[in-house]
Amino acid sequence: MNVLEVAGLNVSVRDTTLVSDVDLTVGPGERVGLIGESGSGKSLTALSILGLLPEDVVPSGSVRLSGVDHDLIGADERALSRIRGRDLAMVFQEPMTALNPTMRIGDQIAETMLIHHTHPTRSAARAAAADLLDRVQLPADLLRAYPHQLSGGQRQRVVLAIALSNDPALLICDEPTTALDVTVQALVLDLIVQGVVARSSALLFITHDLAVVATVCERVLVMYGGRVVESGPVHEVFTNPRHRYTQGLLAASNLEAAGSRLTTIPGTVPAAGHFPSGCVFRNRCAHATDLCATTPAWSGTSTTGYACHHPAGAPHA
Amino acid sequence: MLVFGFLAVLPGDPARVALGVNASDEAVAELRRQFGLDRSLPVQYVDWLGGLLRGDLGTSYVSKAAIGPQVFDRLQVTLILVVAAMAIALVLAVPAGTVMAARHRRLSGVALSALSQVGVAVPAFLAGILLIMVFAVKLGWLPANGWTPPAQDPAMFLRQLVLPALSLGLVQGAVLTRYVRSAVLDVLREDYLRTARAKGLRPFPALWRHGLRNAAVPVVTVLGLQLATLLIGAVVVERVFVIPGLGSLLLDGVSQRDLILVQDVVMVLVVAVLLVNFLVDLLYVALDPRLRTGTR
Ligand SMILES: Nc1ncnc2c1ncn2[C@@H]1O[C@H](COP(=O)(O)OP(=O)(O)O)[C@@H](O)[C@H]1O
Ligand SMILES: [Mg+2]
Repeated sequence: MNVLEVAGLNVSVRDTTLVSDVDLTVGPGERVGLIGESGSGKSLTALSILGLLPEDVVPSGSVRLSGVDHDLIGADERALSRIRGRDLAMVFQEPMTALNPTMRIGDQIAETMLIHHTHPTRSAARAAAADLLDRVQLPADLLRAYPHQLSGGQRQRVVLAIALSNDPALLICDEPTTALDVTVQALVLDLIVQGVVARSSALLFITHDLAVVATVCERVLVMYGGRVVESGPVHEVFTNPRHRYTQGLLAASNLEAAGSRLTTIPGTVPAAGHFPSGCVFRNRCAHATDLCATTPAWSGTSTTGYACHHPAGAPHA
Repeated sequence: MLVFGFLAVLPGDPARVALGVNASDEAVAELRRQFGLDRSLPVQYVDWLGGLLRGDLGTSYVSKAAIGPQVFDRLQVTLILVVAAMAIALVLAVPAGTVMAARHRRLSGVALSALSQVGVAVPAFLAGILLIMVFAVKLGWLPANGWTPPAQDPAMFLRQLVLPALSLGLVQGAVLTRYVRSAVLDVLREDYLRTARAKGLRPFPALWRHGLRNAAVPVVTVLGLQLATLLIGAVVVERVFVIPGLGSLLLDGVSQRDLILVQDVVMVLVVAVLLVNFLVDLLYVALDPRLRTGTR
């Protein structure tokens, strides 16, 4: 039984489709990566799962969470609010703005536990907040601090403490280290992994940084143009990419390893609604043919496969 | 300084106005000497300023009575009126502005928005006259004008306060609603509100617990400015409702060329505005921890 099952997810704004037909599963305690360039639809996918899309952006399809007997898509606020922060938690990209500037850190952490009554009293929640702060290696006297007194890395650790406070079945992290100094990125990643492992929580980790996925995740999905173009175990996808987009992404990120020749994916990510029909990558792909004007079918299993008419390399083992 | 200079160059000799057009030149000269008006302007200015610092507002040119006690009596009346109007404005604007922001795409929000737009365009004295026509003349529910000190007859005091406070408060409330709406709209777009929702708070509790205090910061700025507007609005509304406040004292002083009195009233109003601004600054610091210096 999977913790998360997303099937046929579409996200659109007015008549523009932003995310198409995304299937995604995360098993218990599994750490799954979602990678792709900026503008691929990663954040929208995450926000659809949480039910926190902006007002005019509408999801369709199915999002099921284990232990919840209804679909999250189309569920009412009352039902969703019982799940958010308890079974399903999220760490956002921008730590500088994610915390309430007029509320003390300790109160912001304790609040999540008080909302869901996971601690009987206010003082129990406070004590738990101190403990959570300690687990993300922050001193307990920060409980009385306000967000502006903390650095970006410290704030992101507070956001992580909030997200983990009710031992969620699934933690979603959307580029949690992108906005941070390189010096603290490793620490925050480490704390995320430690946090989910200690709670046997599953992790859906969004990033555009392939090296990060390699250290954090077991399985990966590659997204481009609002679609999942390839998925599989991290090791396989990274050593033997099948989709031409994945191949380009790997080549572009392996500058040092690949030697002196600079390889990047030609062109840029089109704006939403301006991807080509058929294979969304065909206008930037060196291998594209007329065939690519038709949408490529998914080859492989539901968790390991790709959607490309002209795949690279040998088949997955 | 500005107040003094401006009034000094206004045409019309206070002594002449005080004694009437038929008074002899000798009598006028005598009165001028008595008031110290025969001295040079800078000397008069320094004298008046010195008095202010000692808490002595001087003597009226017209009634020849000490101005201080009179001004402070009247100030109380005006303050009661202004504070009541402010309370009405807040009670009106905070919920209305919040609903307008939260439902800005729905009919109810748009309708409220249009209503407040109308309210903004109505001047306070017109609102006062309309209120009198409806509630005092037509329905006869409330007295049309007058003032009773609260200690004398609390019930009557409240009944007489309602209409003038409403005419000031409704208009200010409409203006304030616009600011509350935009402040709440801004807060609704903030990341920390999304974090609050991600914790499991429903939209309204999230706004209440995480948005209110943050939205209050810009609204408090407007409140400070509005109090100044209210003081000026009170001058006119006191006239409409025959209320013995600072405004009617000011208008009396102007029509009687009682320069010292006018100077004093304007000075008190200026000090009141400065004081309000100071309080607003304190409130800022209380609301927003980022403005506090020092450590946690
Ligand atoms: N509220 C919105 N209205 C219209 N387009 C949007 C909205 N939010 C995101 N988009 C568009 O959807 C695409 C995918 O966005 P996003 O999921 O944030 O990408 P990623 O997280 O992969 O960088 C982008 O092209 C973005 O411009
Ligand atoms: Mg994103």
